[in-house]
Amino acid sequence: MKRLLSIELQKIWQNRASKVLTIIYFLSLTLLASIALIEFDFGPFKFKAADSGFFNFPYIWHFTTYVASWLKIFLAVIIVSMVANEYSYGTLKQNLIDGMSKKEFLLSKIYTILLFSLVSTLLVFGISLILGLKYSSFTEVSIIFSDLEYLFAYFLKHVAFFSFCLFLALLIKRSAFTLGFIFVWFLGENIGHAILKYKILGYKPKDKDTVVIDWVKDALPLESMSNLIVEPFSRLNFIKSITNTVGANFENNYAVQPIFIGIVLFWTSLFLILSYRILKKRDL
Amino acid sequence: METILKITNLHKKYRKVHAVNNVSVEIKKGNVYGILGPNGSGKSTTLGIVLNVVNKTSGEFEWFDGTYSTHDALKKVGAIIERPNFYPYMTAEDNLKLVCKIKNIPYTKVFEKLELVGLLDRKDSKFKTFSLGMKQRLAIASALLNDPEILILDEPTNGLDPQGIRQIRDLIKVIANQGTTILLASHLLDEVEKVCSHVIVIRNGVTLYQGTVDGMVASEGFFELESENLAQLESALQQLPQIEKIEKDENKLLVYLKSHLEPGELNTLLFKQNITLTHLVKRKNSLEEQFLELTKH
Repeated sequence: MKRLLSIELQKIWQNRASKVLTIIYFLSLTLLASIALIEFDFGPFKFKAADSGFFNFPYIWHFTTYVASWLKIFLAVIIVSMVANEYSYGTLKQNLIDGMSKKEFLLSKIYTILLFSLVSTLLVFGISLILGLKYSSFTEVSIIFSDLEYLFAYFLKHVAFFSFCLFLALLIKRSAFTLGFIFVWFLGENIGHAILKYKILGYKPKDKDTVVIDWVKDALPLESMSNLIVEPFSRLNFIKSITNTVGANFENNYAVQPIFIGIVLFWTSLFLILSYRILKKRDL
Repeated sequence: METILKITNLHKKYRKVHAVNNVSVEIKKGNVYGILGPNGSGKSTTLGIVLNVVNKTSGEFEWFDGTYSTHDALKKVGAIIERPNFYPYMTAEDNLKLVCKIKNIPYTKVFEKLELVGLLDRKDSKFKTFSLGMKQRLAIASALLNDPEILILDEPTNGLDPQGIRQIRDLIKVIANQGTTILLASHLLDEVEKVCSHVIVIRNGVTLYQGTVDGMVASEGFFELESENLAQLESALQQLPQIEKIEKDENKLLVYLKSHLEPGELNTLLFKQNITLTHLVKRKNSLEEQFLELTKH
């Protein structure tokens, strides 16, 4: 495992673009901490991030994991380009000729995905812990370390998304097309669902078809990943009070739901198995 | 003699093309083999299969008597296929170190092999700054990193300038002289004739000949004869039992032999019939002529 990781990390680290992206990614993660400094004054509506409740334990776990996971696109670009490069440089072929097995080749990419996700999770954990200790109104140990499943969800979400990227990059072999495809896929999940629900079926709340379609959407790869950590904002008291005065009422389930963990695990294994299948079957 | 690679009844079918058709080959330790074949004859596909990058349709192949799995066996093999494949953004040295990691060997040979191919002073240059000849030499250094049991070279001089071709050839000779088994695929016949002891000829995926270079060119050969009176010469020759056929080439006769005949013997025989020769040469077909003969449709 150490050997495979060191091979893959050399490939990434000696490539200037990947190196810069990695640095940008981990810097931006660290800079997330500066959200705490946000402060604005809007007439009657005063907002000070540090006092808003964002950083209260255990809510902060939910908040930081949600916000930080948007940055994963930086790492996705690295993974996609490192896989696509292996095809365009002909180095996948050369690696195999030099005595790497196809399994080892895939494992070296998977270990890297796990490492990136793990480092990112640990960093988010550290940052949240520091921010929380500084600004949280509650600092009892039992409260601090409750709701840690958000970190697990964060880790899983990254592993799943990167596996998706790995699979598509192996399939498509071109980094620009792969990234474009991921974006189109993302739009497709949402637009396809919207068209079906509102245009074709006509929106009927609680209708059987609508419920089924919502469920199908929730089970799609990107949607299920995003459902692992739902948006945390409407959970905050001051936003709740605003929406209540407007008349809207959110009844979200904010917890990490096991069903989505299951669905995401299914997609992740499927992507990895299919990646191996592609490597095995394809002549170079 | 130890067998390094044994291929038995190998087939590869792409949708419509039968690229490799029942190829069986045995590579023994210490020999230098040439695989000859026109472009598209299935040489590279065969090599691709034993090198784990192309999937076979049927048949078997076995490295080192099957004592290793294919990818572990390949760690003891050095191979260069068609064009040098390295990471363009890495330096020569880093590229070789990466290969060491893949082959699971220490970095100790990196400088030695860079020196051997004359790239030691460019070790810190990125691969993308190299000329094609330098890239090809780096590929050879990389293939030699593990002091391989066998070196496989697929068209190593393709696209090189004359100096580059010369350098690669000299390198191959040096390596062959060290006793390394070499498998050299090429359609350049003089290349094969100069360095190989054994040849395998493939056309349209079928093996046409397999054996020593000497065996391939060892037909009885032919005479080139000239005389004042060709008609008389020709009728005299037709009496001889050793002769297979006679061809006319301008004012020369090309006389092909069925069985052995010494030039002196022939001269004496003809002289007894009052025929004086003005030109007498005994020749053998070169590998090239023999190859073209074999691969003719």
